[in-house]
Amino acid sequence: MTGAENGAGGRGGPGRARLWDRLFASDHVAGWLFVSPAVVLIGLFGVAPIVWSLIISFQQNSLDTSGIWIGLANYRHLMHDPAFAASVRRTIVYTALFVPITLFAALAVAVTLNRRLHGMRFYRTAVFAPVVTSTVATAIMFSWLLDPYFGIVNLFLNKVGVASQSFFQDPSQALYCIVLVTVWGWLGFAVVIYLAALQGIPRELLEAAEIDGATRWRAFWRVQFPLLGPTTLFLVVWLSINALQEFDEIYVITHGGPLASTTVVVYYLFQQAFAFFDAGYATAIAYVVFLGILALTVVQLLLGRKLVHYRS
Amino acid sequence: MGDDTQTRQVPAAVGVAGRATAGTLELGGGLRPGDLAATRRWVPSWWHLVLIPLAVVMLFPFFWLVVTSFQTLAQSRTFGLHFAFQWHNYVDAWTQAPFGRWLFNTTLVSVTVVISNLVFCSLAGYALARMRFFGNGALFLVILATLMVPFQVVMVPTLLIVRGLGLVDTLPALMAPNLVTPFGVFLLRQFFRTMPVEIEEAARIDGAGRLGTLFKVVMPSMRAPLATVGIMTLLWTWNDFLWPLIVIQSEKNYTLQLGLMSFQGAHNINWPLVMAATVMTQIPMLVIFVLAQRWFVQSLATQGLKG
Repeated sequence: MTGAENGAGGRGGPGRARLWDRLFASDHVAGWLFVSPAVVLIGLFGVAPIVWSLIISFQQNSLDTSGIWIGLANYRHLMHDPAFAASVRRTIVYTALFVPITLFAALAVAVTLNRRLHGMRFYRTAVFAPVVTSTVATAIMFSWLLDPYFGIVNLFLNKVGVASQSFFQDPSQALYCIVLVTVWGWLGFAVVIYLAALQGIPRELLEAAEIDGATRWRAFWRVQFPLLGPTTLFLVVWLSINALQEFDEIYVITHGGPLASTTVVVYYLFQQAFAFFDAGYATAIAYVVFLGILALTVVQLLLGRKLVHYRS
Repeated sequence: MGDDTQTRQVPAAVGVAGRATAGTLELGGGLRPGDLAATRRWVPSWWHLVLIPLAVVMLFPFFWLVVTSFQTLAQSRTFGLHFAFQWHNYVDAWTQAPFGRWLFNTTLVSVTVVISNLVFCSLAGYALARMRFFGNGALFLVILATLMVPFQVVMVPTLLIVRGLGLVDTLPALMAPNLVTPFGVFLLRQFFRTMPVEIEEAARIDGAGRLGTLFKVVMPSMRAPLATVGIMTLLWTWNDFLWPLIVIQSEKNYTLQLGLMSFQGAHNINWPLVMAATVMTQIPMLVIFVLAQRWFVQSLATQGLKG
């Protein structure tokens, strides 16, 4: 049978091969051999940095292996840093807009795409294409579309009688424009997830609801939407985690500006680490962000457990 | 909401056939030989009135990207709709920055990371799913924990570790932290667990070794999850921005995305040139996506179901 030669070689071979076979037959030996590459690499680039990062957060560290232990000073500084508080507020505003907009837009688009029509392949490709476009390219495309002087969006606005806007160069608009850009970039991902879930719902359920006299609209919200509960919960958690870490588009388009109006918390910590070389403070911020993400996720999952009904 | 509009528009028989097979991803298969040739090509539906604007909104940034990349600098700096067709921007962008080199770097890094993930995540995922070795439970928990930690938490020490290994500003620095991803190990472990043990036991009785069993008996039926790990890893590595931004300094070691960012920074008054560069850097992944769309979609969906 397949792979017989592996065993046959060992059975008839010299003593050393037989010893090796016997060792390899043990789950302890074979198991650790199988996981060893993963253990080494995840240990070096996953576990070690998590621990080291915590240590650095208690240090005055200028992006170096040697730091001065300063205890909780970084965390105390963080509590009284108005720039940090402002960056947290912007992150919350961004997340509070990005997550629901993406979620509801994706639900509507997925329901629209979940039917058999000519040209559906094209429509789906159109919705999915931004997913494989890099964040840098997305950012560049939108800074041109929304260019205050020569951007085509302003041309359209002028055509319908609206004055030109400054978009990314206006402190009161920039963050909302970032929301727009990232919704465009993430929509396709959320649609794929919703589509997969919609296609897993048996049609008999919907038809039964219709026979019972429910309108399409009611049948959707009463039958289909509850069945999408686990998917919605996953998307809320996943989109929130990513929204709280938003960085790429902001770095490319606004560099946190104008007037720090798009300096979200991860951009702020990036500045601390790689512009001001205050690695201790940056890692302290990173840990607080991590705890924030963890807390939000736990709350969402607990709420979700109450609201979402899992099928069998 | 359902496909009522469609059913109303087409002959009843087609409606019934459409219903019976609804749920499959392919389209337009429900037509019978008796239908008019015209309806075979285009079944009118009100849904197109929703879908066409949707497609326009999603595709317009790409459309305007391509249009601008063919404009002259003067056209782009005059407020208005301008269409032109001159290749100059592409030639200029290509000669003004080493895009070929960046494409090579990105490909080398991505391919290495994808292959390494497929091999090592399979080995680890299989062991964690099937073997009871000392500490396997704890090890799995540790891997799960690292899966949840955002990159920002680890980026400073990761840079220090990479610096300690003497890899700063080299291509291996881009590969090393991603050679084995906790996501891949976790996902493959979950899939290995869902497979029946009996096949493996039969293979073992037939004299197949552990590696033989894994690679010749188990792996062939793991095509879908392996594709997911491969495609997700490819997308992450190819489009990654923050890590290359931190660890790479010399232009010759840039990835496509890093190169594009620096190119835009250097030429940000010349939008047609920047747009040509953007088109060039996005084409490889878009082509792969269009060719393997089914696998991409399935991979993203799998991530949602198991992630």
